[in-house]
Amino acid sequence: MACMLIGLTTAIAQSDSTVHEVANMFEPKSTPAEMIHEISLLVLLICGVIFVIVTTLLVYTVLRFRRRGSGDDHEEPPQVYGSTQIELAWTVLPILITVVLILVTARTIGEIQDAEMPADALNIRVVGHQWWWEVHYPDYDFVTANEIHIPLSSATERRVTHVALESADVIHSFWVPQLNGKTDLVPNRTNHLWLEPTSTGTYLGNCAEYCGTQHANMQLRVIVHPPDEFAEWVRTQQAAPTVDPAVARGYDTFVSNSCVNCHTVNGTVADGVFGPDLTKLMTRQTIGAGVAPNDTANLRSWVRDPQVLKPGALMPDMKLLDSEVDDIVAYLQTLK
Amino acid sequence: MATTTEEEIDIELSPPGEEKGVLTGGIQSLFYTVDHKKLGLMYIGSGLIFFVIAGLMATAIRIQLAIPKNDFLEPDVFNRFFTMHGTAMVFYVGMPIIFGFANYLIPLMIGARDMAFPRLNAFGFWMFFFSACLFYFSYLGAEGLYGAGSAPDVGWFAYSPLTAKAFSRGHSTDYWTLSILLGGIGSLATALNILVTVFCFRCKGMTLGRMPLFVWLWIVVAFLTLIALPPLSACQIMLTLDRYLGANFFNTQAGGSAVLWQHFFWIFGHPEVYILILPGFAIASEVIPVFSRKPIFGYPIMVAASVMIAFISLGVWAHHMFTVGMTSLGNTFFAISTMIIAVPTGIKIFNWLGTMYGGKIRLDLPMMFCIAFLFQFLIAGLTGVMLSVAPFNWQLSDSYFVVAHFHYVLIGGLLFTLFAGIYYWYPKAIGRMLNHKLGLWHFWLFIFGFTLTFAPQHVSGILGMPRRIFTYDPGRGWEIWNFISTVGVPFQIAGVACLVANMIWSYFKGKKAGDDPWDAWTLEWATTSPPAEYNFEKLPVVRSRRPLWDLKHPEDPDWKHE
Amino acid sequence: MSELSDVGMINQSVPPEEEAEWKLPSFRKVGVILLILTETALFTIFVVAYLFYIKKSLNGPYPQDVLELPILATVALLSSSITVVIAERAFMKNARGTFHLWWGLTMVLGLFFLGFTAHEWYTLIYRDGLTIATNVFGSTFYALVGLHASHVIIGLILLGLVFVLSLLGHVKPDQAERIEMISWYWHFVDVVWIVVFIVVYIISRSA
Ligand code: HEA
Ligand code: HEA
Ligand code: HEC
Ligand code: CUA
Ligand SMILES: [Cu+2]
Repeated sequence: MACMLIGLTTAIAQSDSTVHEVANMFEPKSTPAEMIHEISLLVLLICGVIFVIVTTLLVYTVLRFRRRGSGDDHEEPPQVYGSTQIELAWTVLPILITVVLILVTARTIGEIQDAEMPADALNIRVVGHQWWWEVHYPDYDFVTANEIHIPLSSATERRVTHVALESADVIHSFWVPQLNGKTDLVPNRTNHLWLEPTSTGTYLGNCAEYCGTQHANMQLRVIVHPPDEFAEWVRTQQAAPTVDPAVARGYDTFVSNSCVNCHTVNGTVADGVFGPDLTKLMTRQTIGAGVAPNDTANLRSWVRDPQVLKPGALMPDMKLLDSEVDDIVAYLQTLK
Repeated sequence: MATTTEEEIDIELSPPGEEKGVLTGGIQSLFYTVDHKKLGLMYIGSGLIFFVIAGLMATAIRIQLAIPKNDFLEPDVFNRFFTMHGTAMVFYVGMPIIFGFANYLIPLMIGARDMAFPRLNAFGFWMFFFSACLFYFSYLGAEGLYGAGSAPDVGWFAYSPLTAKAFSRGHSTDYWTLSILLGGIGSLATALNILVTVFCFRCKGMTLGRMPLFVWLWIVVAFLTLIALPPLSACQIMLTLDRYLGANFFNTQAGGSAVLWQHFFWIFGHPEVYILILPGFAIASEVIPVFSRKPIFGYPIMVAASVMIAFISLGVWAHHMFTVGMTSLGNTFFAISTMIIAVPTGIKIFNWLGTMYGGKIRLDLPMMFCIAFLFQFLIAGLTGVMLSVAPFNWQLSDSYFVVAHFHYVLIGGLLFTLFAGIYYWYPKAIGRMLNHKLGLWHFWLFIFGFTLTFAPQHVSGILGMPRRIFTYDPGRGWEIWNFISTVGVPFQIAGVACLVANMIWSYFKGKKAGDDPWDAWTLEWATTSPPAEYNFEKLPVVRSRRPLWDLKHPEDPDWKHE
Repeated sequence: MSELSDVGMINQSVPPEEEAEWKLPSFRKVGVILLILTETALFTIFVVAYLFYIKKSLNGPYPQDVLELPILATVALLSSSITVVIAERAFMKNARGTFHLWWGLTMVLGLFFLGFTAHEWYTLIYRDGLTIATNVFGSTFYALVGLHASHVIIGLILLGLVFVLSLLGHVKPDQAERIEMISWYWHFVDVVWIVVFIVVYIISRSA
């Protein structure tokens, strides 16, 4: 009986945590992405038709007017220099098509970009760093990194997420294809983007503007929860951190090393902002912006020398002793 | 090159400034020469060498991406490779080869003895060559005192602030900046030279309206170069001031703007892609009529469409910046201006088709490359139109879809017409035909490899694969497409190897070409192959767009119809 | 196929045309016009950068605090456009003495202008502490004014060269067109200054 219950709950949990691994922009799962999808189908259709027509013309012309025979046919074909009517036709037709394209484009740009944000929209502020994402939830007053949790929007309960995008160093670009098109994170400037996911699960994305050595490993995850689950997650993130006495040694090592200069753990002296906030590190699926799953082995490897998993990452090799690494990792693993 | 008639010429005919060293001929004369034909061939030759180097870098890129989590290349090495590949392909392959064709052909086509400023012409070439050497020298020289660096790794459009001292230490970015600045001066000099030649040195009767379309398109390209290249030089100067004197143009920490660089770069960068493709159009506009045995369909409208393209192309640059956060008005404006370009470009495509229609198409190698060009450029142009739909662009931008788009234009469009041009004019320049069999191998291997490499990239882009990533995780649906894409490369290498082998073999063993192997109509075919140093014994007089047609068909000359 | 090397054949096949003579523009003039065109594009970008960064400096000094209207220098430079024309006319009339006088005066005016710029920069740097690295105003100001000044220097070198060669008697009357080209270039430098003057000393000071 208990087994069944556990089995059932995991099944439900799993159904909610589908990982949409293939970030196919033609399988949109969020309103703005669907709007883009719609217009892209139209554009594809138009271009497809043009492609077929022109290719047919080309193939027909080549086949029909190919010179046959051995090539000693020196008679020249009739010399035609042009025809105003024909040229007019193939000027006007493309103009008409272009006008259609312009109209739909202008409309969709406006609809997506100038969409009114509902008053109850969830606000998120994402700050790009070389090569990770700092994620603020100003509505709830906590900070996390690399993995963004947002609520599902449904017919009964519309939940829009409004994302403000900034950069701490160079230009990055926020791109989760199934949720919306990309928008750059530019230093000295705030850009905007909105998401309205229509289906739960984990969505993968990438930094889409080249930003230096580890641009490839600046990945993004957006996890969409049903509203109650999202509320639950928010509560976890807000909960005051506790230091487990069992890992006191790890804690001491952590705070006595320069980790604290770059990382923040709420409730401790660690208040650096150069690296990701570690307060709830263990609630994240990956470390290093998606470079590796968040498990003990990887954490150990990372703390020992981040340059192994992510060469070029802006966290230095701290040259810690094995025992120190073990202690720190044990401590880090209590951060949940 | 055989110029047996040289002695018979009186002094005034030899181009000004042709100095003879103690050792005439051979390598040494290449350093002295101011002859537009030699310089043209030097441009093309060095462009092809850089093409092979940049192509090998692309090969390394493709090997790295063949499978997920590959560690064939270090991240930094990969980043340097795509930067060097892209920059070199645009500035040290595309530009010199098109300039080579222009240099070689324009004086011949307009019946001139040389370029207007032969020494300036040599200067342009050597600036390009020196800047290319400087660019590659970065591999050795850029380490500098800081120990950081080696070759540039900022991408071919080098967005600030990634190029600022804070994020790009060492001298790699300086090498990038300086070599492009120098190369730009060379290109400006050459563009100016071309225009002056065309305006001031046409032979008798060669009115503007009678020039071959090739020359017309080059007027457009040269003007575009003169207007669009200075912005690039300007922003390189600003970047150098930033990096050496601590100026703040693009220093985001001191009020500088990251977006300004993008505007300046693309004000150059977009016209640049038309600077690259219009010479391709120019070649197609010569080859297609000759091999269809008909005059170009709608000559005036072809000229008008080219001028339109150039003109509009100056106002579309921000379609590379749809994701940067412009206002919806800005996005709409640039989407509109970009789409409008489809109209004149379409006119050109249809006019080429109209030229072929009703002709007697000779499927020789130059024509085959042109037909492939028409097909591939059509695809490329249509993906361009998809990219210009700003909302769609928010998805596609900076993904492999863009990589596919621009390789389809640059290879499927430009490179294929350049190949056509090589097959078409090699007999003129060398005096021997290129081997047909090897040429067929080249054609089929390359077209197969090219399609295999770049068609799948449309798909990986749609599946969310960003460009410029040195690695990717398995399971994201990208493996198969990347693998196919890599498999195409050996075929391309084999194709290019056929071309190189063909050019060398035919130089010694090729069939003698004669003056006019293609039964063509423009003036370059009216002189010897290869042409003498002074081009024409007697300067021709022209009465129509196809002087050699008039000559061959006195019963029905063109000037009766124009 | 057929050998067509004898272009004379084309010439024969061409019917006598109605047109009397075949005249093409002077290649020097076309060259200089194109040079001016491309230089204009270069200056445009620097001007745009300057305009873009007006009021974007995070810290002083600001244009309105430190820039003074360079009336005298402007008058000098603009009048040098007149003197160079007078010199050119004199050259056409082969009045060498007059030519040298006005040509020399042009150079003096140009040098005066450069001297002013040097003095201006000196004060800006040592009195006001404005360098190219101070703020975006400094960057754009020195770049734009410096680019213009470098063109004045090139112009002066050309003027000087002609002056010296002419004094040595190496400049022949048939080189009038080259003289004219130099004066065109000099006019261009003047026109650019008018733009710089308006943008830097009027617009940005009052913005
Ligand atoms: C030779 C070079 C070349 C050419 C000719 C083109 C041609 C075009 N390009 Fe391309 N482009 C590049 C080279 C080129 N491009 C490069 C190198 C980049 C990437 C730079 C980088 O980021 O590294 C790029 C990127 C690029 C982008 C930005 C992508 C991004 O990064 O987000 C866009 C967006 O609008 C675009 C659009 C177009 C369009 C609309 C055309 C049009 O000119 C195409 C017009 C042609 C046709 C449309 C086909 C024929 C027409 C008809 C048959 C008529 C009927 C058709 C209609 C009515 C639709 N290009
Ligand atoms: C004219 C322009 C041009 C050309 C021809 C090419 C040609 C090729 N490009 Fe190019 N490419 C660019 C312009 C061009 N590219 C630009 C502008 C970029 C953007 C850079 C950036 O992002 O900054 C880019 C980026 C780019 C990428 C994306 C990198 C990334 O974003 O991470 C890739 C990946 O597949 C790629 C692949 C290729 C391949 C496989 C070829 C092949 O077609 C090459 C084929 C040629 C060879 C393989 C030559 C080898 C030949 C021989 C070895 C012959 C031997 C013979 C003898 C020795 C006798 N290119
Ligand atoms: C110089 C600054 C710096 C110091 C010191 C530093 N870090 Fe980091 N750390 C970073 C940066 C930057 C990242 C993000 C790297 C990336 O993803 O590219 C990071 C990432 C991490 C991560 C992964 C977080 C995540 O969610 O992806 C962990 C865990 C971590 N650091 C632990 C430590 C520990 C433990 C120490 C001390 C022994 C330490 N760091 C010292 C800068 C620093
Ligand atoms: Cu951040 Cu790419
Ligand atoms: Cu473009």
